[in-house]
Amino acid sequence: MQTSRWNAILVPVLAVILGLIVGGLLMLLMGYNPIVGFGSVFQGIFGNMYFIGETLRAVTPLIFAGLAVAFAFRTGLFNIGVEGQFIVGQLAAAWVGAFWTLPTGLHAAVAILVAMIAAGLYAGIAGWLKARLGVHEVITTIMLNYIALFGANWTIRTYLIGASERSKDILPSASLQAQWLSDLFEGARINWGLLLALAFSLICYWLLMKTTTGYELRAVGFNPHASEYAGMNVSKNIFRAMLISGVLAGIGGATDVLGVNGNMAISAGFTGIGFDGIAVALIGNNNPFGVIFGALLFGGLSFGADNMQRVEGIPTESIQIVISIVIYFVAAATIVNWFLGKLRRRQGVSQK
Amino acid sequence: MNFTDMLITILNGTIIFSTPLILAALGGVINERAGIVNIGLEGLMTIGAFAAAVVTIWTGETLGLPGWMAPYLGIIAAMIAGMVFAVPHAVASIDLKADQVVSGVALNFFAAGFALFMVKKLFEGAGQTTTVQNVFTKVNIPFLSDIPVIGPGLLKIYPTSYLAFILVGLAYWMLYKTPFGLRLRAVGEHPRAADTVGVNVRKVRYLAVILSGGLAGIGGGTLSIAISSNFQHSTVSGHGFMALAAMIFGKWHPAGAMGAALFFGLATALAVSGQVLGLTAYVPSEFLNALPYLLTILALAGVVGRAEAPAASGKPYEKGSR
Repeated sequence: MQTSRWNAILVPVLAVILGLIVGGLLMLLMGYNPIVGFGSVFQGIFGNMYFIGETLRAVTPLIFAGLAVAFAFRTGLFNIGVEGQFIVGQLAAAWVGAFWTLPTGLHAAVAILVAMIAAGLYAGIAGWLKARLGVHEVITTIMLNYIALFGANWTIRTYLIGASERSKDILPSASLQAQWLSDLFEGARINWGLLLALAFSLICYWLLMKTTTGYELRAVGFNPHASEYAGMNVSKNIFRAMLISGVLAGIGGATDVLGVNGNMAISAGFTGIGFDGIAVALIGNNNPFGVIFGALLFGGLSFGADNMQRVEGIPTESIQIVISIVIYFVAAATIVNWFLGKLRRRQGVSQK
Repeated sequence: MNFTDMLITILNGTIIFSTPLILAALGGVINERAGIVNIGLEGLMTIGAFAAAVVTIWTGETLGLPGWMAPYLGIIAAMIAGMVFAVPHAVASIDLKADQVVSGVALNFFAAGFALFMVKKLFEGAGQTTTVQNVFTKVNIPFLSDIPVIGPGLLKIYPTSYLAFILVGLAYWMLYKTPFGLRLRAVGEHPRAADTVGVNVRKVRYLAVILSGGLAGIGGGTLSIAISSNFQHSTVSGHGFMALAAMIFGKWHPAGAMGAALFFGLATALAVSGQVLGLTAYVPSEFLNALPYLLTILALAGVVGRAEAPAASGKPYEKGSR
C-alpha cells in the first residue's frame, strides 16, 4: 500500500523528468540551447505576477477538461467529446450571459447552471446511445464534437451575433472577472473560474471516492461484468458518467466565456482544450487531484512555451514533445517502475 | 450546372475525400484485428502528411528529380515515416504492457509536435511548408475515362485513390485468405490459444502495428500532396479520428471500413461542393458541414447497433496468463 501510493506520485514525477530530458536532447540536436530554452519557459511561467496570473488563467479550463475526461475514464468510457461539450457550455453561457437580465452574481450562477445542463445533456446523448444501443462512445463523441462546432457557429451567426464574427458581449452582471484578483496579478485575466475549478476537483474526489455512486461508477469501469453480477445497473452508470463528464466540461466552457473573453467567437476549428484534457487526465492518473497537477504542468508548460518562441525563437512545439513523452512514460509505467525497483533493490543491498 | 455535372462533381469528390480515410481505417482494422488499439492514427497521418510534403518538395524542387516522380517518393516516405513512428506505440503496447489508449494519445501529441517543430526548423520559422509544386495529378485512363459520368466521376482520380482500393482488396485477402491473416485474427481474439498452437503473438502484433503505421502514413500523405498542396497544423485535423470511426462503423472489416469511409467522403463532398451545387441557397452551410457527422450517429443508432471489437483488443498479452 505504502509503495503503491508512493509510486502513484513518483511515476508521474519521473515521467516529467524523463520528458524534460528527451525534449532537451531534441532541442540540442536541432541546434538550440535547452538550458536557455527551458529557462525562458520558466521565465514565461514565473517571470512576473502577470505571467503567473495568465498561466493560472490558461490552467483553469484545462482542470475542467481534465476532470471531465478523468471522470468518464473511471467508468471505462473514453470521452473524446469534451471538446464539443466545452463548446456547448460556452454557447449556453454566452446566450444566458448576454440575453438574460438577472442581478449581479446570480446571473453568472444561472449562466453556469444552464451551461452545465446543456453540456451534460449533450454528453448524455453519447451516454444514452452507448447504454441503450451499444454505439461506441468514441465515434459518437467525435461526431458530436463536429456537430457542436458547426452548430455553435450557426447559432452565433443567426441568433447571438454582436460585433464582427462573435457573439454579443455578456452583461457585466454575468461576469466572473474579479477586479481584486486581476489587480493582484498585474491585470492578468485570472478570474473566479480558477476557484470554481479547485472546488469542483474536491467535489469530484468526494463523489468518486466517498459516495456509493462513485463506487458504482468505478466498479463499472473496473469490471462491467462483475458489476452487473453484483446487481449494479451498468447502463444507468454509463449514462450517468457521461452526464457528469459533460457537466464538468460545460462549466469549463462557461468560465471561459464569463471569465475571460466575455463572448464566443465564430471559429473555423476546435479550441483544443477538450483534447488537451485527455493529456491532463492521463498525466493526473485520472485522479481529481492528479488532474490539478496535470493541468498545472500542461497549462504552465504550454503557456511558458510561447515566451520561449517569442524570446529565443525555439518552436513552442518542443514543449508539446516534452508533454507527449511525459504521457508516454506515464502509460509505460513499467519502465519507471522497473527503474524504481532497481533503485530500491540497490538501496536494500547497501543497507545490509 | 446540369444534373450530370453535379453527379460527376459529387462522385469524384466522394472518392477523393474518402481516400485518406480508407487508408488509415485499413491500418486501424489490421491493428485492432491483432488486438492493439491505436488511437494514434491521427498522429501517424500527421507524420505521413509531413513526410510526404517535405520529401516531395526536397526531391522535386531541391534535387530536381522529374516532377512526376517526386510525389511517388513523397508517398513512399510517408509510408516509411508512419511505420517508424508506429514502433514506439508497438513497444509500449506489446512489450511494456502500457495502456494502449494512453500510448496512442502520446503518439498523437508527439507527432503533431514533432512535425510542426520540424516545419518551423526547415522553413525558417513558418507554420507551414512552402507550396508543393509536384503534387499528384488526376490520372486519365485512355478510353475508360471517356465513359460518361463513371469515367470523369469515378475513374479520373489521383493514383493514391487507386492504391487505396487495391490495398482494401489486399488487406481482405491477407486477413481472410492467408495463414498470416488467420494468425493475426487469432492473436486479436484469443492470444493465449494462438500462443498454444505456436503463433508468435509478439511478432504478429509488432507486424500489425507497423503495417498500420505505414497505411496511416500513406493516408496522411494523400492529404498533403494530393488533396491539398502543403503541410500545416490543420492538414490532418481529425482525419485520424474519422478513420477510427470508419473502422468501428465498418465493424473491423476492410470492406466495411471502406464503405464507411466512402460514406464520410460522400457527405464531405456534398458539404464542400454545396456552394457550387447551389445547396447553400436552401440550407445553411453549417448544416451541410455537420451533416456527415449527424448522419453517422443516426446510421449507427439505427442500422449498425452493437459493434463488437475483437475480443483481446486493447489487452496486453503476457505469456502464461489466461
